[in-house]
Amino acid sequence: MKRLQEQARSGNLGEDLIIRTAVRIMVPFIQLFSLYVLAHGHYSPGGGFQGGVLLGASFLLMALAFDLKSSKELFPPKVIMASSNVGVLIFAGIGVVCALLGGYFMDYAAFAKVIPLAVPDWRSLGILLVEVGVQIGVACIMLVLYWELSSAGTLEEGL
Amino acid sequence: MKLLALAATLLTGALLLYGTADFPAWGDPQSPASTHVSAGYIETAVQETHTPNLVAAVLGDYRAYDTMFELVVIYCAGIGVVGVLRRVRE
Repeated sequence: MKRLQEQARSGNLGEDLIIRTAVRIMVPFIQLFSLYVLAHGHYSPGGGFQGGVLLGASFLLMALAFDLKSSKELFPPKVIMASSNVGVLIFAGIGVVCALLGGYFMDYAAFAKVIPLAVPDWRSLGILLVEVGVQIGVACIMLVLYWELSSAGTLEEGL
Repeated sequence: MKLLALAATLLTGALLLYGTADFPAWGDPQSPASTHVSAGYIETAVQETHTPNLVAAVLGDYRAYDTMFELVVIYCAGIGVVGVLRRVRE
């Protein structure tokens, strides 16, 4: 009881065993669901933005339940910033590659000249490839925004 | 100065509201967007993209440029927050 009171006073509610265990169980399912939302965007409401927010929220939940330091050890800030760049680069890069292959910018049908698949199939696949970039970018930016805003830029102690 | 800013805001708002008077009514089947753009998407999107979800087809293919800059906006927001707030050097 005394320890609980001390924990509550120091604000480390995230140290609570119930919260930590619940988050440990929930996070893999949230991440799996985010990948489902991404992959099923062709058939139902979903796609990169929604899936990315879910993926970012799962990491954010871990940062809330544990502390900012363990979250930073899992995902070093450099890696996160680099992969948010990668997310945008995947999207823009696919557009540029389409243009280099002789189509219009973002005209996925141009890929059909390199890898023989039907043009409508390439358009479907192109949407998926682009959404992967959106997912990576949105998830990383979500996590960075939480880190910065919760620790006032010091990246030391969060909420 | 504050009065000037208020007047400028009110004037811009009034102009924008005046501009909306010329818009077609919401859901008007005779509006230009409804006569050929929407119908074109609905008729051809599934054959052209093999994507049953028309929203995904419009978002990811027909309007991919728009979606790219949506992502860039989020990216710029993140970079801006990092640039303004971050106080540690890695």
